[in-house]
Amino acid sequence: MLRQIEGSAAVAETVARCRPEVVCAYPISPQTHIVEGLSDLVRNGELSPCEYMTVESEFAALSVCIGASAAGARAYTATASQGLLYMAEALYNASGLGLPIVMTVANRAIGAPINIWNDHSDTMSQRDCGWLQLYAEDNQEAADLHVQAFRIAERLSLPVMVCMDGFILTHAFERIDVPEAAAVDAFLPPFEPRQLLDPAEPMTIGAMVGPEAFAEVKYLAHAKQLQALDVIPEAAAEFESAFGRPSGGLVRCYRCDDAGTVVVALGSVLGTIEDTVDELREEGVSIGALAIKSFRPFPMEAVRDALAGARRVVVLEKALAVGRGGIVSADVGMALRGLHLPVHTVVAGLGGRAITGASLRRLLDAAVADELGDLEFLDLDWNRVGAELRRMADSERSGPHAENILREVGVVAGRPH
Amino acid sequence: MAESATFEVRVHGRGGQGAVTAAELLSVAAFDEGRHAQAFPSFGSERTGAPVVSFCRFSEGPIRTREPVASPDALIVLDPTLVHQVDLFAGLRPDGYLLLSSSRRLAELGLGEVAERLRPGHALSIPAREVARRHLGKPLPNAALLGGFAALTGQLSLPPVEAAIRERFPSPAGEANAAAAAECFELVRQIRAESEVPDASTQERSRA
Amino acid sequence: MEQRVRFYQVGTNAVGNRLLDPGRRTVQARMDRSNTLTCGHRACRGCGEALGARYVLDAAKRASGDKLIAANATGCLEVFSTPFPESSWQLPWIHSLFGNAPAVASGVAAALRAKGREDVRVVGQGGDGGTVDIGFGCLSGMFERGDDVLFVCYDNEAYMNTGVQRSGATPPAARTANTKPLGGHPGNDFGQGKDLPRIAMAHRIPYVATATVADPHDLERKVEAAMAVHGARYLHVFVPCPLGWGSEAHDTIKLARLVKETGLFPVFEAIDGEVVAVSQIRRRVPVEEYLQLQRRYAHLFGEDGRPEVVERLQAMADRNIREYGLLDEEAR
Repeated sequence: MLRQIEGSAAVAETVARCRPEVVCAYPISPQTHIVEGLSDLVRNGELSPCEYMTVESEFAALSVCIGASAAGARAYTATASQGLLYMAEALYNASGLGLPIVMTVANRAIGAPINIWNDHSDTMSQRDCGWLQLYAEDNQEAADLHVQAFRIAERLSLPVMVCMDGFILTHAFERIDVPEAAAVDAFLPPFEPRQLLDPAEPMTIGAMVGPEAFAEVKYLAHAKQLQALDVIPEAAAEFESAFGRPSGGLVRCYRCDDAGTVVVALGSVLGTIEDTVDELREEGVSIGALAIKSFRPFPMEAVRDALAGARRVVVLEKALAVGRGGIVSADVGMALRGLHLPVHTVVAGLGGRAITGASLRRLLDAAVADELGDLEFLDLDWNRVGAELRRMADSERSGPHAENILREVGVVAGRPH
Repeated sequence: MAESATFEVRVHGRGGQGAVTAAELLSVAAFDEGRHAQAFPSFGSERTGAPVVSFCRFSEGPIRTREPVASPDALIVLDPTLVHQVDLFAGLRPDGYLLLSSSRRLAELGLGEVAERLRPGHALSIPAREVARRHLGKPLPNAALLGGFAALTGQLSLPPVEAAIRERFPSPAGEANAAAAAECFELVRQIRAESEVPDASTQERSRA
Repeated sequence: MEQRVRFYQVGTNAVGNRLLDPGRRTVQARMDRSNTLTCGHRACRGCGEALGARYVLDAAKRASGDKLIAANATGCLEVFSTPFPESSWQLPWIHSLFGNAPAVASGVAAALRAKGREDVRVVGQGGDGGTVDIGFGCLSGMFERGDDVLFVCYDNEAYMNTGVQRSGATPPAARTANTKPLGGHPGNDFGQGKDLPRIAMAHRIPYVATATVADPHDLERKVEAAMAVHGARYLHVFVPCPLGWGSEAHDTIKLARLVKETGLFPVFEAIDGEVVAVSQIRRRVPVEEYLQLQRRYAHLFGEDGRPEVVERLQAMADRNIREYGLLDEEAR
């Protein structure tokens, strides 16, 4: 049913319709409204049978899901940022054990410095932990992806992260068609585990595996993710056929078929990018956008096919591999190997800095004029950075960067009243 | 190709005054009228008293952009003490609107120049807190102001605003807030009629 | 009719069980015991934990009608019992991580409840490191929520699997790989260490008990008592480690008996946070008798011995005897 609701609320209702049997909650901004919504739905009986557990840490949250999933229950949790890192050990454990847990990550920056606003550094930091990663462009897709995620996860017996931009999507009110319960039931059969803790058929899960077998077990995890390259589009196609709208999949091309310049991005920034693309197209510029929906597994072929005809690629990403540069662009570059196609990395939106249409327009004008370098930082205040670097060079005890810069910005109370 | 007319609103308040809710309610009201709408706050940690900004966009067609509202068509200001502390008017369009909650006139608040830069009848202050206090028993003007907004801009009619309010706040608060909104709606209509400004509800909706 | 049998413990179970009528023998004495931890595992000879785990799980499995699932922390028990591709476990068993066994167990219990299968019971288990230190947060959370799990700690008083390093359960004066008696230290320093049974009691969970592998009757009875109720329950089992303690493999049971008879390890039960039963010391012994069987305390004796440290350990034992009333009964 079409409603004007908060993204988090839509996700909570949609997840409830997927009938998780165990939901675990540890609060962290900006995921809180999702787990609160689910708590209400369990308490008022709308989601039943379901055990809703408030736990003492994110590490516990995912651990509870691990136990629950191994015991045959459909399990769900949500987190962000620091919480995702706190459960890092458990992330690898869940994927290594092949447990089809679904988790929402409300993308948020990672400290230090502590920052509660959106960027992709959290899920990017865990890109190799063995979980599938699906990124939502808007709240409709965020809701829809959860339905697909349970199906994909259980089909492959691998855990799935549904990534949605913290605050920008989680706290935005927009028009969402929350999937109807009956339709979700038809799409999602009950969970049939591939392995089960069952007294009737005892088995050992989590044995120690030495050098003689570890590589093979690990390879199988990789092989399953590669299978996801087929399972994800199948699930998306089936979803579209069942629910009547396109959603998910591996990538989505927006006016990029004949584009000379293609902007690649993940998540909600694509909306603003598409508006800017339209503006430029009106002026006769040959430009398009490529939305990456599945970041893990990385859709090498689909990306290559979409970009092969372009003259230049701009990867706009909300994360930074410190000491190295782009993360998404590294994978994109790999996909384009041998094609001699310039790939420009633009790091933007870190720590929640708004990506405005005006800035994007300036960026893309520069891209089209071949004025971009390999690694660009959108809207970075080079003066402040320069001043701080000089301070560091001038004195041993130069102080913490964050505090120094904030003092210059005038945010820290160094201002007289 | 005619561009889908998007009307952008920015709401300023302090934490605890309901600025975020105000933007959300606007979006729900617009949705009830069959339009696309998007509302979101500029976020911060939960803390009462700190300046808060929230945004709402409505449009006939789908809204894709997610950037904050930099060039609002309308400003709603819940707390007059923000006036000289925060850059409230940044980007306000020349044909935009200003609705401020205060029992004092804009000129008395030092906003005479701002009002003059806008079109006649586009900038108003109304005693929304007092109206709210009478209906709710509490000086929370956010819902009340939405009625004023509807009359000032003509972007929404009153019934969907009242419906959105009633849906959000369970009775008796819902009824009381809706009544406060209705009173502010009437108040603004009267003010505009007295200043002989064309009735917003017939003119503004067709703005392209 | 009550059968009172008095016999002299020689550190084995053989005498005790053969003289009892079958109905009063331990589960371990029965031919039909489940051997939940069956043979072929890679534990050291004389491993107290292997013994403890088998006693506890056989009793728990029996009490649950063979419907039991176990979640195990990383540690000796997990490592020696599951050398891939073999497993010694004859029950559904999961090992996840070092610090999350209580949470994993809670998750299993939640799944069973959601599926209406509360007839299937859940045990979480781990060593002292996994319980007292790295798993502490998860354990406390499990207690606080009252999740329907019996958590068992096999306490051999150090991180044994990684090479005998100190844990929050290592007793004062014990030598471990990183608490050597150097620089004036007595071994492990005094004034540290968590009393996890008392911490469990502070959560006011329905059942907390301590036990040792020297008295399988007592241990099994406590497992049955724990399994007879629902909610969060905790069992702390003292299990000697010949390798880590520098003791003889054949002294494992003896050491478990002595630690109780000195008063160093009080054996008791608590319900809802209050001690309700205390196992009396039968024949009190001075702490030396216990300490001298372990090379981890060797630095306290001999030429360069530390009699003042031994005195402090004796004082600890004395205090336990006082506080728990370990010598209260007249008849012995």
